[in-house]
Amino acid sequence: MTRKQRRAAFIVVALGILGLAVGLVLYAMSDSIVYFYSPSDVVERGVEPGERIRLGGLVEQDSLQDLGDATVRFNVTDFVETFTVTYRGVLPDLFREGQGVITEGAFDESGGFTADNVLAKHDEYYMPPEVADALKKSGNWQGEGADAPHSETYGQGSYP
Amino acid sequence: MIVELGHFALVLALGVSLVQMAVPAIGAHRREAPLMRIAEPAALLQFALIALAFAALTYAFVVSDFSVKLVYDNSHSAKPMIYKVSGVWGNHEGSMVLWVLILALFGALVALFGNNLPDTLRARVLAVQASIAVAFLLFILFTSNPFLRLDPAPFEGSGLNPILQDRALAFHPPWLYAGYVGFSMTFSFAVAALIEGRVDASWARWVRPWTLAAWLSLTIGIAMGSWWAYYTLGWGGFWFWDPVENASLMPWIAGTALLHSAIVAEKRGALKSWTILLAILAFSLSLLGTFLVRSGVLTSVHAFAVDPARGSFILGILIVFVGGSLALYAWRAPMLKTGGIFAPLSRESALLMNNMLLSAAVASVFVGTLYPLLLDGLTGMKITVGPPFFNYTFVPIFVPLLCIVPLGPLLGWKRADMKAAAERLLAAAGLALVACLTTFAVAYDGPWLAPFGMALAVWLVAGAASEIAWRIKLFSTPLAESLGRARRLPRSAWGTALAHGGLGIAVAGIVGVTAWRAELITSLAPGESAEIAGYTLTLEQVGLRDGPNYEATVGVVRVVRDGRELGTLLPEKRRFPAERQEKTEAAIRTNGFADLYVVLGERAGDGKWVLRAYHNNLAPWIWIGGAIMALGGAMSLMDRRLRVGAPTGARSRLAPAE
Repeated sequence: MTRKQRRAAFIVVALGILGLAVGLVLYAMSDSIVYFYSPSDVVERGVEPGERIRLGGLVEQDSLQDLGDATVRFNVTDFVETFTVTYRGVLPDLFREGQGVITEGAFDESGGFTADNVLAKHDEYYMPPEVADALKKSGNWQGEGADAPHSETYGQGSYP
Repeated sequence: MIVELGHFALVLALGVSLVQMAVPAIGAHRREAPLMRIAEPAALLQFALIALAFAALTYAFVVSDFSVKLVYDNSHSAKPMIYKVSGVWGNHEGSMVLWVLILALFGALVALFGNNLPDTLRARVLAVQASIAVAFLLFILFTSNPFLRLDPAPFEGSGLNPILQDRALAFHPPWLYAGYVGFSMTFSFAVAALIEGRVDASWARWVRPWTLAAWLSLTIGIAMGSWWAYYTLGWGGFWFWDPVENASLMPWIAGTALLHSAIVAEKRGALKSWTILLAILAFSLSLLGTFLVRSGVLTSVHAFAVDPARGSFILGILIVFVGGSLALYAWRAPMLKTGGIFAPLSRESALLMNNMLLSAAVASVFVGTLYPLLLDGLTGMKITVGPPFFNYTFVPIFVPLLCIVPLGPLLGWKRADMKAAAERLLAAAGLALVACLTTFAVAYDGPWLAPFGMALAVWLVAGAASEIAWRIKLFSTPLAESLGRARRLPRSAWGTALAHGGLGIAVAGIVGVTAWRAELITSLAPGESAEIAGYTLTLEQVGLRDGPNYEATVGVVRVVRDGRELGTLLPEKRRFPAERQEKTEAAIRTNGFADLYVVLGERAGDGKWVLRAYHNNLAPWIWIGGAIMALGGAMSLMDRRLRVGAPTGARSRLAPAE
């Protein structure tokens, strides 16, 4: 093999790997991305039953019910639209009524949302940014983030 | 007073760094030795001053001086001492001081031990290193001053985020930073070499140990973070593909690639300009990681800064250093002489293949991490790129890489004999096949990919062992001679084998947890039981316990298997009154092969408690494997060849035929 051929061989291999990576990324992009919806977005844009999404908003006051067998039900609202979420499992440490939450799961045929993952990535003064944006859009933003006492206004539930 | 002294020391350090950045660089350009010689004392002085500032800040935390805003925000007098100290870097400002401290430490090490470097190279390396220090010291002093006072001083602090009050997490940042910042050293060497326009063997010999040290620290830091996430987040998962985790994974992968290409640059003089590019990329990705976690664009435990000025400042640093170094690379790299021709089948090629696959892996993680941010910024569309994305992209790229790992060290330089290498791996391949079939027979109802995963793990471990066996001529010479050869084998050979074997053990752990985990979610009244993976868990009672700065609800869970009492597990839910937060403490029982993992949840309305349990097969191996990989790195670092100042004469006698 001459030097030129060797170089050509390496370039072909490199391009092959690059092509493989691009192909995999494009395939994964079309198949495995989860969109965030506020309750209003769901009504506006519509979500197919069974499509995996993130539904985020505030946990409605006094909506948390214990159904037994480690299952809970609560309402997620942006003060315009409201959806009922059913979740089986341990709620994150920072889950509270009246505060921001992100749930991941899918709607069933009857319009109920079943979550297999509930994230409360905030402390009592801070909203997940997705939820804060959704509230700003629906005109119900109270500016909770403004008077945070800690210089680090983060926090988290069961999420790194 | 001490606090003001710390602040003053930091300002002085900035002044020293400015001198260290400018004077030696001018000296190197004009070849004036007196100017170049300023670099070493400046680097040492800079380190001393930043160490003084760091000590002053630590002092304020240790004595709980709440007149310092940072201490007030992040500490509490009732906190255990270890968390008072770790509170120094458990916040944005303090962690940036730690960042520059480690940066200055690396600079000081080059100043102390760099006598055998060419004068101009040393001066330029220290100047580039100082320019990074200047940028970050400006960042600290202008946007993140840790020494701000409060007047009047509050009586009590507001506490440290409870989730940061954890032993593994207390030391996760220093290790991670040592890794991130360690790549600054290779970056400085790369930029200095580009300015010099020359890369020689001594350059590569110097870059290797710094890369190794950075890689090893980053490995430990990531493993600690992942271990912490495993036992504290209550999911029993070890990796979530969260952007913050990816931010540390990207420099690690790039660093791994750099580690391997630097071998080729050192031993064969080939791939020099590629090695320089990787050195730039590894540090750029470290800076990107710092930007992602420090700018507040991501929400996570790490996103301290909500102040947009900080985000823009770090973004500015990122653009200047990444853009500047890449521009310099584009301009100067074509002038570097390349050398070392090699055949398509050679160790160089195997290492090049490793580099290409690792680069593709970095690219896939990069896209998955930054695409959602970009999309949000451009269209306002909010998406999540979670584990499925990375399972489709990262895993298919990484698997072929794992397949060729055992092959690399067995191939000869320049032109290799494939048949001979394959023969040496015959035993490993056989073992992998046996592992595949055994797994298939034992766990036939598990995922169909799992047996191949276990085969891959065995292939890696057995492949690493085969390499050592071949090098010491095990079984082909008398045992005594083999042992003698083993003793004389360079430590870097042992390091390679350990790192590759550790990787195999970690792969086994990852496959085990992913494929065969049992999960149980239930609600139990005291006295009731539930079953998971053959264990019977009985919730005996739920009580209260007082900790130093929290009170805990403790579940007493009795574990029985096959009628045999195995003891009790005590999962806790801790409430921290000062911080007004709760934190879950999982209880884990391990036998080295599997973890039984129990989390206590909320109290349900009917007096029952929610209990979540996992049985994670092979979970401990993930971190055992990580620790072995780090050990391999440490072993290589102790190699005689890399030890600075060690006599080189003995080298050729000790090194085996390669």
